Amino acid sequence: MIAFRDAVIRYPRAAVNAIDGVSFVAADGALTAVAGPNGSGKSTLVRALLRLEPLRAGSASVDEQPLAALDPRELARRVAIVPQRESLVFALPVREYVAFGRYPHEGPWRAAGPDDAAAIERAIALAGIAPLAGRSTHELSGGEWQRVRIARALAQGGRTLVFDEPTTFLDVAHEMAMFELFARLASDGMAVLLVSHQLNLVARFAGQIVLLHHGRVAASGSPAQVMRGDVLERVYDWPLMITRDPAVGAPALIPLRRPPTHP
Amino acid sequence: MSRALLWTLAALGVLLLALVAIAYGAVPLSLGDVARAIAGQGDAGTVTIVRALRLPRVALALLVGAGLGMAGAALQGSLRNALAEPYLLGVSGGAAVGAVIAVALGVSGTGALPLAAFAGAAGAIAAALLVARAAGGRADARALLMAGVVIGAFANAAIMAALADAPPNTVRGALWWMMGSVADSDWPRVAWLALYVLVAGTALLWMARDIDVLALGEEPAAGLGVRVEAAGRRIYLVSSLLAAATVAAAGLIGFVGLVVPHLVRGAGVRRHRPLLLGAALVGAGLVVAADLVARTVRAPAELPLGAVTALIGVPFFLAQLRRFA
Repeated sequence: MIAFRDAVIRYPRAAVNAIDGVSFVAADGALTAVAGPNGSGKSTLVRALLRLEPLRAGSASVDEQPLAALDPRELARRVAIVPQRESLVFALPVREYVAFGRYPHEGPWRAAGPDDAAAIERAIALAGIAPLAGRSTHELSGGEWQRVRIARALAQGGRTLVFDEPTTFLDVAHEMAMFELFARLASDGMAVLLVSHQLNLVARFAGQIVLLHHGRVAASGSPAQVMRGDVLERVYDWPLMITRDPAVGAPALIPLRRPPTHP
Repeated sequence: MSRALLWTLAALGVLLLALVAIAYGAVPLSLGDVARAIAGQGDAGTVTIVRALRLPRVALALLVGAGLGMAGAALQGSLRNALAEPYLLGVSGGAAVGAVIAVALGVSGTGALPLAAFAGAAGAIAAALLVARAAGGRADARALLMAGVVIGAFANAAIMAALADAPPNTVRGALWWMMGSVADSDWPRVAWLALYVLVAGTALLWMARDIDVLALGEEPAAGLGVRVEAAGRRIYLVSSLLAAATVAAAGLIGFVGLVVPHLVRGAGVRRHRPLLLGAALVGAGLVVAADLVARTVRAPAELPLGAVTALIGVPFFLAQLRRFA
């Protein structure tokens, strides 16, 4: 479980707060989505969870314990984070890359044990990358690489997962499979925090959406509460309409064309 | 070929190379003579040649190669840059400034020049860390790389300015030192460098798993529980000091720190603990081989060791480039 309370984050030498008083809880057993326009502070929240940016005010906690007080490895055993971007300079066999998820469980000289091997195999199976396990990371497509990274996060063995734009490079089928996986992990009792631009999919899968705008929470709650035309139009500054997804009845966003402006 | 067999062959190869290097010289010896002399048996003259002259020289070459190989492997991994090596990061430039100042001041004695070089290198390392920290807010990999490269360039400019109207003897002395050599080796120098290689090497092996994780990048490494900034700075400091010690002991011997880790990676070694060990082994072998070549091709004159390592290393590297690119 992750909880932010009145969190404030400002980058060094920045004039304004990147995150300006944000509060929400990503509960166990739920899929919580953070959405919002580019630059609204979504990835800053992820960097705060990585403890790469300190909170200027407010608090962030994991399983009721203050983030700052947790040992980094203890934190990594509880929360697995898949950042938005990651590229390897030196190629690795996929299985060895997934094995990095066990790092927080290792000591400097402790060799990997049967627990680690089992966790790695479980993660590979859960992410559906068994056919890729023998390949090199430099031979993967964008979508395959995303799934391999998710397997690495699952291998960490924590109860809380954070994914920053995990489906950006995926085609429709792989994207749906990924959302199904997130939903399954949440129904297994995990806290899944998903940063995503895919509002329509988020509206179908997430229990709670936190909509960020200029570092503040513009709306928060169930998809029906957040997916409102007036709110989204203001936040995204673009004409749009909200309809019902004909297949499942979830709210769906349709962006409209902006009429050309003549000087 | 199994991994264990490959390691054994590499170790045996380096050992054999070292023995050949001890046997070869103005007074040629057989490998049997060498073995007996090391054990203190046989002709007294041979024992002196082997124990007092050739063994310290080869031992220094082994240690310099091992140190540079490990420093390069650790820096490439932790800075996530295939071109990173201690010399690129200001260590060589700083050491050269220290040595040139010592030479220009007419400092002599075997102990003074290495000390001045080490001080210069340490100064450059400290400057790079401070500048990177001030510029980046945090001492992140990119800021460290850029600070190191620029400080190195500044040091080189300072050397040229200092040597521009220096007397020919000073220029020659400084230049010879900058080209690297293990010819002046003696046991105290070997012992000092051995201490550095042992301590710094153990520290790097201890941090090897952190280097593995740092190589994934700042955010993934942080997510796995590494204190990215502190670990990166620690690895940079230890590997730079290790390189500085080799520079103090033998002058500038380029290319080993850059090329050796790639050669070991090319053999399929990915994790940094075996990579560091492999780089130590291959680096040791490369410098011994280069020294052997340096003192044979134009005997009794010697080629600069720093040039020969590159002359030998480049073809190896190019032959394998396809694997890295």
